[in-house]
Amino acid sequence: MSEKSFFLSSSIGKKIAMGLTGLFLISFLIVHVSVNSCIFINDGGITFNTAAHFMATNPIIRIIELGLFAGLILHIIFALLLTIENKKARPVGYQKINGSANSNWYSRSMGILGSLLLIFLVVHLAHFWIDTKIAVFTGKADEHNTFNEMKKVFSVWYIVALYLIGVGSLLFHILHGFQSAFQTLGLNHKKYTPIIKKTGLWFSIIVCLLFASMPVAIFAELIK
Amino acid sequence: MASSSKLNAKIPEGTLEQKWTKYRSNVHLVNPANKRSLEIIVVGSGLAGSSAAASLAEMGYKVKVFCFQDSPRRAHSIAAQGGINAAKNYQNDGDSVYRLFYDTIKGGDYRAREANVHRLAEISGSIIDQCGAQGVPFAREYGGTLSNRSFGGTQVQRTFYAAGQTGQQLLLGAYSALQRQIGMGAVKLFARHEMMEVVKIDGKARGIIARDLITGKLERHFGHAVLLCTGGYGNVFYLSTNAMGCNVTAAWKAHKNGAFFGNPCYTQIHPTCIPVSGDHQSKLTLMSESLRNDGRIWTSKIQNDARKPNDIPDEERDYFLERRYPAFGNLVPRDVASRAAKERCDAGFGSGASKMAVYLDFAANTERYGKIETTKHNLHNPSKEEIIRLGKAVIKEKYGNLFDMYKQITGEDPYEVPMRIYPAVHYTMGGLWVDYNLMTTVPGLFALGEANFSDHGANRLGASALMQGLADGYFVIPYTIGDYLSEEIRTKTISTDNEAFLIAEAKVQDHIHKLMNIKGSKPVDHFHKRLGKIMWEKCGMARNKEGLNWAISEITSLRKEFWSDVCVPGEANEFNPELEKASRVADFLELGELMCIDALDRKESCGGHFREEYQTEEGEALRDDKNYAYVAAWEYKNESDFKLHKEELNYENIKIAQRSYK
Amino acid sequence: MSQGNMNLTLKVWKQKNKNEKGRFETFDAKGISPDMSFLEMFDVVNERLISSGKEPIAFDHDCREGICGMCSMYINGRPHGPKQGVTTCQLHMRSFKDGDTIVVEPWRSAAFPVIKDLAVNRSSFDRIIASGGFVSVNTGNAKDANNILIPKHDADDAFNAAACIGCGACVAACKNSSAMLFVSAKVSQLALLPQGQFEKKERVLNMVKQMDEEGFGNCTNTGACEAECPKSISLENIARMNREYLKASFS
Repeated sequence: MSEKSFFLSSSIGKKIAMGLTGLFLISFLIVHVSVNSCIFINDGGITFNTAAHFMATNPIIRIIELGLFAGLILHIIFALLLTIENKKARPVGYQKINGSANSNWYSRSMGILGSLLLIFLVVHLAHFWIDTKIAVFTGKADEHNTFNEMKKVFSVWYIVALYLIGVGSLLFHILHGFQSAFQTLGLNHKKYTPIIKKTGLWFSIIVCLLFASMPVAIFAELIK
Repeated sequence: MASSSKLNAKIPEGTLEQKWTKYRSNVHLVNPANKRSLEIIVVGSGLAGSSAAASLAEMGYKVKVFCFQDSPRRAHSIAAQGGINAAKNYQNDGDSVYRLFYDTIKGGDYRAREANVHRLAEISGSIIDQCGAQGVPFAREYGGTLSNRSFGGTQVQRTFYAAGQTGQQLLLGAYSALQRQIGMGAVKLFARHEMMEVVKIDGKARGIIARDLITGKLERHFGHAVLLCTGGYGNVFYLSTNAMGCNVTAAWKAHKNGAFFGNPCYTQIHPTCIPVSGDHQSKLTLMSESLRNDGRIWTSKIQNDARKPNDIPDEERDYFLERRYPAFGNLVPRDVASRAAKERCDAGFGSGASKMAVYLDFAANTERYGKIETTKHNLHNPSKEEIIRLGKAVIKEKYGNLFDMYKQITGEDPYEVPMRIYPAVHYTMGGLWVDYNLMTTVPGLFALGEANFSDHGANRLGASALMQGLADGYFVIPYTIGDYLSEEIRTKTISTDNEAFLIAEAKVQDHIHKLMNIKGSKPVDHFHKRLGKIMWEKCGMARNKEGLNWAISEITSLRKEFWSDVCVPGEANEFNPELEKASRVADFLELGELMCIDALDRKESCGGHFREEYQTEEGEALRDDKNYAYVAAWEYKNESDFKLHKEELNYENIKIAQRSYK
Repeated sequence: MSQGNMNLTLKVWKQKNKNEKGRFETFDAKGISPDMSFLEMFDVVNERLISSGKEPIAFDHDCREGICGMCSMYINGRPHGPKQGVTTCQLHMRSFKDGDTIVVEPWRSAAFPVIKDLAVNRSSFDRIIASGGFVSVNTGNAKDANNILIPKHDADDAFNAAACIGCGACVAACKNSSAMLFVSAKVSQLALLPQGQFEKKERVLNMVKQMDEEGFGNCTNTGACEAECPKSISLENIARMNREYLKASFS
């Protein structure tokens, strides 16, 4: 076995793959939340639609998008591999576990949070991404109005509720994931780790608050 | 007095300084090809065992290591706290090989062999070098050099340390060297195995019978030589600072197979242990001797003083060690400090519920350190609180883990109130008699570390146990074993189907069968506790003829009771900790008797052996050099029948004197 | 027998050997003194069991002063019980309340098979050390110890990593039974010291490989190991090992 292929089959190698893909996906969140925040300009979606149109049609973004999917799939595959190994590592479980004494619940629940996120993602893609893709491939990208679509989707209360659950899962997933990725990559330092943790905390809160406020604001018709 | 003809110490010729050097140049060697076909069994994986096994395997011998714990790293050397001595003179305070040699002989109350002790002092420096190279994280100064502190019985700073976990770090160093050899296939490890018998063929040790503690299966193992590195027998007292599993079984089986037992009555009682809190107590916890660097020991000047320690003003405190021994003060050797504490408590000045404790107080030095810190930090007119706060921080850095441990066990905060301490059994200077080569009276059977009797005389100085264990393993046995094995290169591996192996195994089988089938009414601990009580009261810190005679008859009848009423639950062919204990206690019940016999025979006081009949007017130990300057080596004849052989101790380089720390 | 006033109920895992199935059994622990250690409480229970003709509970223990790393009970959902920074042998009954029910389980990990009741086999740790947890220096090769100067800060950090007692609480606490804290403590100790530099690369590669082969799980940075470690070994060590591993893999 070559060193490189062993690297990814080793525990640390897989963890590092998780961390890197995770950070990559987090970086996507920045773009996503920035573009979507255009709706708060409250100009009837003009700025937002322009930005969305650019994102949907720009060839460079298209390529990055492929990378994004690859990253997501790798993140999921490695998560599955690691989870299977972790389950195997403790064939007989404990009867009584006092996990809150030594760790955060969300740190221990990354698998569940991730699965919730995945379900949410499927719904989310069905709502927005597929329509946009169809529009792009049928050459109707210019006519496609994502903003209107958003208003339509977020007019139903249970969809809004579903999005809030999704965003909630995201919040706790990256609350752990952000700082965990740095630890996995070996970036732990007495001086900088507290800064990384704080950055992770605020990043998670700000990004998720912004995401959450979008369906809420549209549902409450604060954005027209 | 002349030495017994059965005891040839094989001390090399030449001046003291040249003996070891010359010996190493002349000792017979085994060539590398022959080493590969010579097998060595090492029993025990503490400092002596691990270092010996690793070093011998590095040289090319085939080594098998046995330990009763689940890993070699658990051996009780791990619990040594304070440090390891070496005559490096890094502190430029007048240390030298000779001074370490002299301090050790004097500390041992002139009952150790000059040649062995000098060799130990010569080797001491190399041990530090070796451990340093292994990555043992010793304490360091800001300039990157090694740090030292002082220990009892010396006036120089020669103790190297790693916080309060020196034994742990040294053992992990030796353990990693051992694991390296295991990984390379040069050593085969048998963890959770207990040695149950020595196998002798034609008078030579040729192997052991071991019990796999998980399956209960008996195994036969051959070796061209057998090394016992099995530690001391302090657990004969039930309560001691030893680990629960420490036992005399290997040494005792060797003894019953012809290895003489040297100075069994020399027991070290450590002055600074946490006092007993109740009958449930299973072991005693040591507070490192290093604490005496900064702690002052005292009692109230008033008998049965019920006041809290902090309410007793300074002028009403009796700093009895400083009063009695102004030159060494709180840093007198362990035997002296222990006896002085016992004397105060017996006289009614003790504290705590049982009145069997004295105070170890850090207040004065906390303040002193605090003042130094304020100067360092340029703080002018600091408040008393500020000084104490800074002082506590210094104390915490030096002894933090010990203070935490004390608090955890007693529930009292030693930063606020003085510690309460009392002496407890800690180490046994006695052990299997060995010659200069560390070989017992059975050819091919060696004893290393605490398991032998050799280097500490009647009292061991602090931080010398680690030194001796590693000296024996790293730097003595690799040479001296050649003297024996060079004659064995023609001995082919002996089949373990040899009759001697079968007989030995049958004997062990019978022993286990007997224990399992008594099916009495009392658990093993019941007998162990009773034995411990007899030993502590009559063969502990102070002994006398009447008490020892009483103890001997008590132990004999307790042994009978044990063999008719002990209850060992479970099966022999499974993991059965009670059976392990029973087998060990059976040996302690025989050893205890020999210890009392030896103590009775030695009609003098020396080091850890204090006979009340033999003391000076001030209550100090009174030696009888004319009649007792010998090693008592006991031969096992039959149950309760031991024959004394004497090895005369000749002091050619040191003038024997009354030991004084005043 | 020692008298105390605490009455407790113990729910303890009993398992005859590694091949047979285990189950919980309930034991009464009456008249327990708050000054007893947790293991001394077990001694009392066992002594009573033996006296009444029953089999005692098997558990590992040795030094009883928190340094040998042999004791290993998972008490009320936490390795070494409710107190931070202590091993089971140093846990005292004053940390419990009269009338408490205490659940005691063995360390659970595929790499730590149960031997009997609460005793498990931790030889996997030894094999990890044998795969690289050392400096390859034969006896007698060393030069004067003060020829190797080490900054106090590095020596202290190395010591803090080396303080690991190999008890396995990190594995027991981790929801994935990962041994990363144990392995990283040794990798870190030697990576921090000049003596460990020559074999740095092989060491981390070999030790991680052995760790994976032993069947330990993977680290997900929950931090449970650090929180439960009786010697407070820091998570920094895991990061350092990850770093060392990355460097070693791509250089």
